[in-house]
Amino acid sequence: MPHIHAEAVTIEFPLYHLGARSLKKRILANSPLRLRQDEASRIVVSALRDLSFRIQPGERVALIGHNGAGKTTLLRTLAGVYEPVAGRLEVAGSIGALIDPSAGMDPNATGRENIVLRGLFRGLSEAESSTLAEEVGEFSGLAEFLDVPVRTYSAGMAVRLSFAMATVMDPEVLLMDEWFLAGDAEFMQRARAKLEALVSKAEILVLASHDMSIVREWCTRVIRLDSGRIAQDGTVDEVLGAPAAA
Amino acid sequence: MPDGSAISGPQPGALYVFDASRPRRIAAALGDIATGLRRVRLSVALASLDIRNRYRGSVLGPFWLTLSTAAMVGGLGLLYSSLFKMSLAEYLPFIAVSLIVWNTINAIVTDACTSLTSAEGIIRQLPLPYTVHVLRCVWRNAVIAAHNLPIILAVFLATGAWPGWEAWQALPGLALLGINACALALFLGMLCARFRDIPPIVGSVMQLAFFLSPVIWKPELLEPSRAAWLPLNPFYAVMETVRGPLVEGGASATVWVAAVVYTAAMAGIALAFFIRFRGRIAFWV
Repeated sequence: MPHIHAEAVTIEFPLYHLGARSLKKRILANSPLRLRQDEASRIVVSALRDLSFRIQPGERVALIGHNGAGKTTLLRTLAGVYEPVAGRLEVAGSIGALIDPSAGMDPNATGRENIVLRGLFRGLSEAESSTLAEEVGEFSGLAEFLDVPVRTYSAGMAVRLSFAMATVMDPEVLLMDEWFLAGDAEFMQRARAKLEALVSKAEILVLASHDMSIVREWCTRVIRLDSGRIAQDGTVDEVLGAPAAA
Repeated sequence: MPDGSAISGPQPGALYVFDASRPRRIAAALGDIATGLRRVRLSVALASLDIRNRYRGSVLGPFWLTLSTAAMVGGLGLLYSSLFKMSLAEYLPFIAVSLIVWNTINAIVTDACTSLTSAEGIIRQLPLPYTVHVLRCVWRNAVIAAHNLPIILAVFLATGAWPGWEAWQALPGLALLGINACALALFLGMLCARFRDIPPIVGSVMQLAFFLSPVIWKPELLEPSRAAWLPLNPFYAVMETVRGPLVEGGASATVWVAAVVYTAAMAGIALAFFIRFRGRIAFWV
């Protein structure tokens, strides 16, 4: 059964290229909360601190919090990009990550080549990836621009392509950054329908968002992160209805 | 309305477990390498895109390298054959093979420094095996180096200095070179991701090594007592396993032993480093 179990998961980003000792001192003096010095006297940012939670099949979890609270870092950790420095993390089920839409995109390659590349990134064969190109090409509505290098695309076209590429999947655990909910209005209507289908098919959704209307509409549970810690964890009404959120 | 139901995720029903108190680093590193090798098509596709991007808009593309190497071989051949008082027909095959093998080694070592940092965008977004980036780096250099093969053929044809049957021994030599390239791309890639001062150091070392290794000069020009020390130079040992069979009727047993030992050591160091620090790469790049 798909599930996510996190026990005391901690992520620390080392800040390596800070240079002079005096600079270190100044930084540490100004920010006693999340920057600290570890045993090897490196300066580290505590991105996630001691997170423990369990997500069961069928749950729709929203991650909310200020910028820099650790929402995207948590998504990347769940996707397996960052290894925790402490704690235990277990993610069962195929993972689909919609975190950075342009991840792995080569601006000099054509749209079609990028789609095939994306298929290979996912571990598909070349034949499967070419099938994928047809499907994605159709959904993105790029038509003849599919065979033109991506760097010549307008911003809107690039968004369409990355969205179409990223959403052609059928994961059990869907990790999504709210970026995917932004985009030009005309395309967003179709995109919205696509996302809703994806979300309803996934067993577990973890969505990082600032948009409370989307949280209320799609999610059953809200985890509020504050400076890398869980500040609140409960149903949508418990967390968003609480006075602190007002 | 297309939908994604036909396309499944990478690992249906997969289980991803990470426990910081029991990191199981060896299993993770070996699993990374195994998955990377299984998905070699991805590395090849990325490498061909790299080559195309590097030579985008250029008419000759990678054949510019062929031309510049040919000019270098011709120029150095004329100059040094007279400096060393050898006939051109004797010296030219040596310098051609020598320069091409050296340029390949040099290009791989230099590129190895950026094997992981250049893939930063992918590493921080997609959980891919790091081996994919290593193989990508090695493969793009192998393909570019292969553009020099016509020069070797042309020189052999012009001087009539065809190697004998022992030329097949260059194949195990190339295999050693390939293993070294993978190990270097992994080791230097990680080291340079963590310490950004390493690439310039590597550049200077390679420049020095070019003059200290018998690339332009033949090893026989050294006094025998000094030449005996040559196998201590890893560049010489690995280079000679490819060059020897092609132009000198084979490499000595000492050279082979030295090259195998260096390769095993390099692979061992790279693997140990990878096992220990694999989990940190995403934070380094």
